[in-house]
This record gives sequence, structure tokens and C-alpha cells, in this order.
Amino acid sequence: MTDQAQLLPGTLDLLILRAVSLGPLHGYGILLRIGQISDHALLIEQGALYPGLFRLVRQGLLKANWGTSDNNRRAKFYELTAPGRKRLREETDNWNRLATAIASALSQQPEEV
Amino acid sequence: MKLLDWLRFRIATLFQGSEVNAEIEEELRSHIQHCADDLESSGLGRAEAERRARIEFGGREKYKEECHEALGGNFIETAIQDVRFSLRGLRKSPGFAMAAVSTLALAIGANAVVFSIMNAFLLRPLNVPQAQSLYGLWRSNDGMAESYPDYLDLRDRNRSFEGLVAYNITLAGLDTGENTSRDWVEETSGNYFDALGLQPYLGQFFHASDEHGPNSAPYIVLTYTFWHTHFQDDRGVVGRVVQVNKHPFTIVGVAPPEFHGTLLFFNPDFFSPLVNHEQLGANDLNARGDRWVFMVMGHLKPGVTPAQAIADLDSIGADLERNYPKDDGKMTFTLARPSLYGDYLGRPVREFLTALTALAGLILLAACANLGSLFAARAADRSREVALRLALGSSRNRILRGLSTEAVLISLVGGAVGLLGSVVLLQGLSSWNPFPRWPIHLSVTPDANVYGVALLLALASGFLFGAVPVRQVLLTNPYQIVKAGSNGRVGRRITARDVLLVVQIAICAVLVTSSMVAVRGLARSLRDNFGFDVQNTMLAETDLSMGGYSGDRIPAMQKRMVDAVETIPGVESVGLADTIPLGDSAPDSLVFADSTSDLRPSNSAADALIFNISPEYFHAARTALLSGRTFTLHDDKNSPRVAVVNPNFARKLFGSVPKALGSYYKMRDGTRLQVVGVAEDGKYTGLTEDPQSVMFVPILQAPSSSTYLVVHSNRDPQQLGPAIRSTLRQLDAGLPVFVETRYKELDAMLFGPRMATLALGVMGVMGAMLAITGIFGMAAYSVSKRLRELGIRVALGGQRKEVLQAALGRAFQLLAFGSAAGLFLGILATPVLAFIVDQATPRDPLVLAGVVLAMALLGLLATWIPARRALSVDPMILLREE
Repeated sequence: MTDQAQLLPGTLDLLILRAVSLGPLHGYGILLRIGQISDHALLIEQGALYPGLFRLVRQGLLKANWGTSDNNRRAKFYELTAPGRKRLREETDNWNRLATAIASALSQQPEEV
Repeated sequence: MKLLDWLRFRIATLFQGSEVNAEIEEELRSHIQHCADDLESSGLGRAEAERRARIEFGGREKYKEECHEALGGNFIETAIQDVRFSLRGLRKSPGFAMAAVSTLALAIGANAVVFSIMNAFLLRPLNVPQAQSLYGLWRSNDGMAESYPDYLDLRDRNRSFEGLVAYNITLAGLDTGENTSRDWVEETSGNYFDALGLQPYLGQFFHASDEHGPNSAPYIVLTYTFWHTHFQDDRGVVGRVVQVNKHPFTIVGVAPPEFHGTLLFFNPDFFSPLVNHEQLGANDLNARGDRWVFMVMGHLKPGVTPAQAIADLDSIGADLERNYPKDDGKMTFTLARPSLYGDYLGRPVREFLTALTALAGLILLAACANLGSLFAARAADRSREVALRLALGSSRNRILRGLSTEAVLISLVGGAVGLLGSVVLLQGLSSWNPFPRWPIHLSVTPDANVYGVALLLALASGFLFGAVPVRQVLLTNPYQIVKAGSNGRVGRRITARDVLLVVQIAICAVLVTSSMVAVRGLARSLRDNFGFDVQNTMLAETDLSMGGYSGDRIPAMQKRMVDAVETIPGVESVGLADTIPLGDSAPDSLVFADSTSDLRPSNSAADALIFNISPEYFHAARTALLSGRTFTLHDDKNSPRVAVVNPNFARKLFGSVPKALGSYYKMRDGTRLQVVGVAEDGKYTGLTEDPQSVMFVPILQAPSSSTYLVVHSNRDPQQLGPAIRSTLRQLDAGLPVFVETRYKELDAMLFGPRMATLALGVMGVMGAMLAITGIFGMAAYSVSKRLRELGIRVALGGQRKEVLQAALGRAFQLLAFGSAAGLFLGILATPVLAFIVDQATPRDPLVLAGVVLAMALLGLLATWIPARRALSVDPMILLREE
């Protein structure tokens, strides 16, 4: 697990939105889903997830409902709202533009400049 | 978010606080359970799985708090938590809490009192509508008094004022049918109330239309307070006829409660029209040269600037000067605020209050410095706790918030206590009547301004001293402190805190020095030679016009009074005078050399005070006659006019005392007086006055209804006073007489110096208390910082003296340095003090010794507890614990 990458600031929210966009999940489930879709390459402290979740709920990007999990335990399930879906689209585009730009900048060879 | 929404949200989350809390708690628990389920299914036991799940989750409390913050809802809740926590912490260290609160209460209280006085006297306008445009007429270099004819000309001919009003202050005997009281009257022009825009509380006022020549308006208007105390709020009082100086006057109304006349400290008892002046005193309504009307004032017309008004008045003045050269000297004007008699009272009051404000500000600053060091000491004592909390994951932000909550809490409590104390003090001040003879009241009631300023000061100082430990917390390295204990390094050689403490001690020493100088000066000035005897003398004062006497009945009655009082056992001699030195202001007049024939003011040789006295006066007052003779009963209306003068007068008019004897001089009206004697110089109008020219003339040649009996006797004033009163009552029960000792009569003269001394004394005591807390804080800090070192010293066999020196040497150094600086500054400041207090000099071994002793005592008092703590160090316990 030592070669996991640190998260860039602000990217946790994007990951949460992405994880939830595939269907309602509870907190632990979101964590598992992020691990699954990122091939366990990212280091996220479990507790750090919750302040992010509360922030997104307050911004109206997620909505939360109590329900019962597969393990037959009470859990709070999060799902995307319409603004949340829109935000995810925008943020994904932004991220892609940024990533492309950075990648291209880093891959330039000296003689090509 | 709009403010309202924000508030609603905060309050909602506050009330849902516990609910939200429970929900967060449940969600986190659910997470850990799910995680544990997974771990369990990979083969761990349940208990081990849950333990691992908790570890993987991370700092649960921290995340919970962050969740709260993400919700944005825990502002008020944390605030309440902080307050509770601070209260618990403060309860654990009551000494610190007490010291901090009382220091702040002292400083806030002092500032609230000073600001209230400032507010009442300088900031708040008079209780009349549009007080801003109300101006009094000030004759350049010559006060505000006018003669009645001049007033009438100014009133009728000016084009700048809405209406000029005039008033005069006098004493009158008011006979309501039951008894006669001696009351203060404001004689006013008929337009007074209307021009000031006042409405009566009861009945009506008198008006300009009531004036039809001398004695045409026998009406009086009572002040609310007088109506309350003398007529018991009787609403039927309107229309009643009472006797004023034995003349019938009708009570027409009662003035509104908040109106106490237009002179700030002076609360008259009732108002009567100026046109009836003859019935209250002398007939000088037509004397243009006699400036007895106390003040003339009015509202400027809208759009007229003060400069335009002055030009207008000056042109009238120039005209009057031309037309009445004998009576009117130079008449140029400026405008002045009437409430404090222009700059006459206004300037000293302003200067006194400015100085007081500066001192109070210094005290606040010193208090903040002290609190700062107290808080720093506390933060140092708690550095281990802070380090532990930081290590356990508390944010620095949160710890700082806790500390500032403590500071704000202390500043609020201290401010409240201080304000409460100041309100009590101010109430005492408002009901205080410093001179029983005068209706002087210092009405200071704190208003919203005062409360606002106190709150602001408290909060500002709270943030100021609360900020002191911030750096300490921010720099705290938990690892270092937990490992090394709280001994810390011994800081730089001279810290800002040391400088502050020295400044504070110096200020305290200045205050102590100047208050001692003032006290000594005051005591010495009372032993001064006044030119009369202060001890063993009583005064009986009245005005015979209050009893309805006039003309020839006045000297006859005065003779009967003197004769009657002389028969009282123990009375040695009785003198009679129309007014006395260091009493009310004596009348003065220009005098001319005998050779001068053009008696215009600019040709005068001197301006002399005039005392009309009986032959026995000098003996009764113990005023020494230097040469010549006193008067006899033959110096009456039918014999040539004579005078006794003082050496200053003699030198000014004749060049020397011997030349004066037998020589003549002239009064304004051309009367020639021969000097028959010279009496010693004395004090006449004030204790710090410049030498004055004085003439005494026989009261038989210049009769006056104003009557002072100067009674010399060795009998106890407590017995003699009632004896004089009852003797005089037997002569005329309807004549109000005021009896007091000669010493009491000086109260008015001593008021300024006494107030200055008192203020300095109070400030000195406050400064001393602050210096004590300052030194205490510093000493306590240094002892607690070096406790381990002290323990080692004791363990290695250090003597008590050495331990004390190590622990408190610094504090005593600072004390000595600060005291020396303060003493030096105090001595430098003495010339300023000499303006107020006569005979103030620092070259007085008693003062120097007193200051040194006081400062040493302060040091001892302040370091007592820390010294005890340093001496009681038990190396065994200490070394084990740390």
C-alpha cells in the first residue's frame, strides 16, 4: 500500500460525486467504490470522507436518506441530485482539460520547445 | 447568505445541535461496523476487527468536529462550549480570575466615571431646544456682566439674535406664610423662557408682555426640584401669593423637571423678572455704569454666523461708548458658551477633564499591560496542557479560540463590575452638594453613550490582552514541551513586558508624588497668613432686604444685631461688613489719583476691591493695622469720606505706604477719599491670586443691606452657632440668617485644590493597585518559570536570601528603576500643579520620604505571595513532579 498517491486538494469531492453517480451508496460503500474504480491507487483516510460528504449535502449536490445496507445494518445512503450531476459533468471536463494540459507540458522534450 | 438567514440557520442548528450530533455519531458508528464486518469476513475475531476498523477510520473526534464545521452550524455551540470550559478553568484558579477581573473593573470603572463627567459637562448640550445656536455675550477681556440699560440697548438694536435674554443671580428671603427661607433666585428678563423655547411643567411662565417698568411683574416661576422639596408637589401652588423679601409675588408656574437654569453647576430655586430687581436688592435698573446683570445670551438667527453677530454687537458697542463715555468703557464682544460661563469655568473644567481623561487612559493601558502579563503567565503555566491538547489533535485555532473566550469573558465581567461601581459613585456625586451655602450640583447621570463606551473599552482591552499569549500558543511545539517540561528558556535580557512594567511603576510613582505634593501644599496653604484669622471666628450672613429693611432702618438694624451678638457669653468682639475677603466676590471699582480730572476708565490708577466695614471689623477679624487709625463711629454720612487701604493700594496710588497716610484719591464719580490707615495685605478673591489693591470704607458712609457679622470667640462653634442664630431670631424671626465658621466659608475657595488633590489621590491609589498587580504578575511569572531552578538551589543548600534574590531580584530592580523615574517626573510636573494648589513644592523631605516609603511598601505587598511561594519550594516534591 506504500505506493498509493496522495490526493490533490479538492479532488476528494470529485471522486465522491463520481462514485455516487453510479448508484446510491452509504459512506463505507463510497470508500470501497472509490478504491475499486481507482484500482486502490489513492490513499484516503476513512474519516476524511465524512466532512466532504456533509459539505456536498449542504451545497445541495448530494441528498441523503437512511436505509438498510446489504449487511442488514442501518446506514445513510447518498445519491446525486440534478445540480450534483451537472457539477460532476463540469468538474470532469475541467479535470480532463487540466490533466491534458499538465501531461502535455510535462511530456515536451527540450528540442521541441 | 443574508444576515437574517444566517442567524436563523445558526439558531436552528443550535437547537438541533444534539440531534445533529447523534446523527453524525450514528453514521460514523455504522461506517466502523461495516468496515469491521469486512475485516471479520477476512478471518479476524469480532473484537479485533472492530479495533482495527477504529484505527483505520482515524481521528474520530477530529472528523466529527470537521463534520460540524462542514455543516457550518456549530458556531454558537462551540462558543457555549468555550464559555463553559473557560468558566471551569477560571474556577480552578480563583486568584488569577480575581486579579484579572478587579484590575479590569478598576480601569473600566475609572474610565466610565471620567467619561460620564466629560459627557455631562462638555459633550451633552444644555437642556434647552437648539442649544447649539445659544451664545452668551462676552465683553473682550471683561467677563459677561452687563448693566441693565446696556442690555436693553443690545437687545433692541441687534439684528443677529432671535431674542437676547438676560439673567442675574441673587439671594432672596421667601416667606410662604409658615417660615422664611433663604433661596437662590435667577432674576431673568421677561422674554427668558420664550426665547429659550421652554414649556412650563405646571401653570405658565412670565413673558416680555408682562414688563411695564420697575416692579410691574411680581411673578415667580419655581424650579421643579424646589417645588418638589418646598411645596411637596402641591399642584394647587399656582396662583398662590408668597412674600419675596417682604414683597408680595404670585407663583405663576413650575419649570420642567430637566431644566435647572442655564449655568451648568448652578441650580436656582426660583425665577423672577429682572424688572422687579429693586424689590430684591438695590435700585440700579437705570445705572448704566453698574454692570450687575450676570449674563446676556441668545439664539443666533438662522444663517447668521458668529463673526457677523460679533460685528453687529461691536458696532452697537462703539455707539454706546460714544454716547456714554463716563459709563461705558471699551465695548467689543466675542461669543461664549453660556453653560460654563464661557471660558471662565469652561477652560479649567475642560483642562481638568482632559488631564483626567489622559490619566484614566493611562490607567486602562497599564491595566491591559498587567492583564497581558497575567495572561502570559497563565499561558506559560498551561503550556503543558496546551501541548497535550495539540498532541491529541486539537487544532491551534480551537485552542486560541478558547483562550480568547476566556479573555472576553474576563473583560465583560470586569467591565460590568467596573460600570456598576462607577454608577454607584456617580449617583453619590450627583446628590452631593459640595457647599451648603450654594446650590451647586454636579448632575452626572450615565446615559447610553457611557454604557456604550464602557462596553467598547472592555471588549477592546479584552482583545488586546487576550492577544498576548497568541504567539506563545502558535510557537508551541508539543513534542518539545511534553518532553522537557515547562521550565523554558530564560528570555531575552530586556523584554517589552519589562519596559511596560517600568513605565507603569513610573506612572504610579508620578501620581503618588503629585498627590503627596498636592496634599502637603493644601495643608500648608491653610496655615498661610490670609490677613485675617481663620480659627476662632464665626460668620453670620444675611441680607436685610430679605427682611424688608431699607433706607435708615438698615444701619439701625445692623447696630442692634451687633449689640445683641456682643452680649452672647464668650463672644469677644463683633465686626460688621457688607462682604468679606475670600467670600463671595467683593465689588471692585476703578480709583484715580487725586490730580486726575478726566475720570475715564483708561486714566485710572488701580482697580480696587471695596469692603464696607464697621470700626470693630479689623479687631474682630484680626486684621493688623500697619499704620494710621481704624474708623470711629464719627466717620458717618456727615463727616468727610475716609478709607483704610492695603499696602498694595498705597504703593500703586502714592508710591509708598508712608506717603499714603493722609493723602487723597478719587472714585469714579469724583468723590474724594482720605486715607487714614493702612491694613496688612491678605488674600481676597482666591488662594493663588496675584496681590490685589483693596480699600476699606466705613459702612456708615456707604450703607449696604448685605450683612456679615464677624464674630471672634473662643467658644466651641457647635454651641456658639445656635446661640447666634437664636439671638438674631429674637430680633427678627422673618430674617433668614446663615451661620457658619470662618473656616467653612473657605470651602468654595478650596474646592478646586481639594478636587485636584482628591482626583490625584484616587488616581494615585488606582495607579498603586495596578502597579501591585503588575509587579505581582511579573514576580509570580518569574517564580513559576524558575521553580525548578529554585528547587535545585534549595537542594544545594541555597540560603533564603539567595533564593529570594534569584526569584525576585528582577522585580525589585524594575521597581526601583520605575520609582526613581516616576519621582523625577513627578518633581518636574510640580510647577503645573502649583497653578491649582497654592504652595505646591516637591522640595519637601516629607514628600520624598513618603514617596520612597509608599513605593517600597507597594513592592513588598506585591511580591509577598510569590516570595512565599519561592521560599516554600520543597526540592523533593518539585524534582519528583517535574
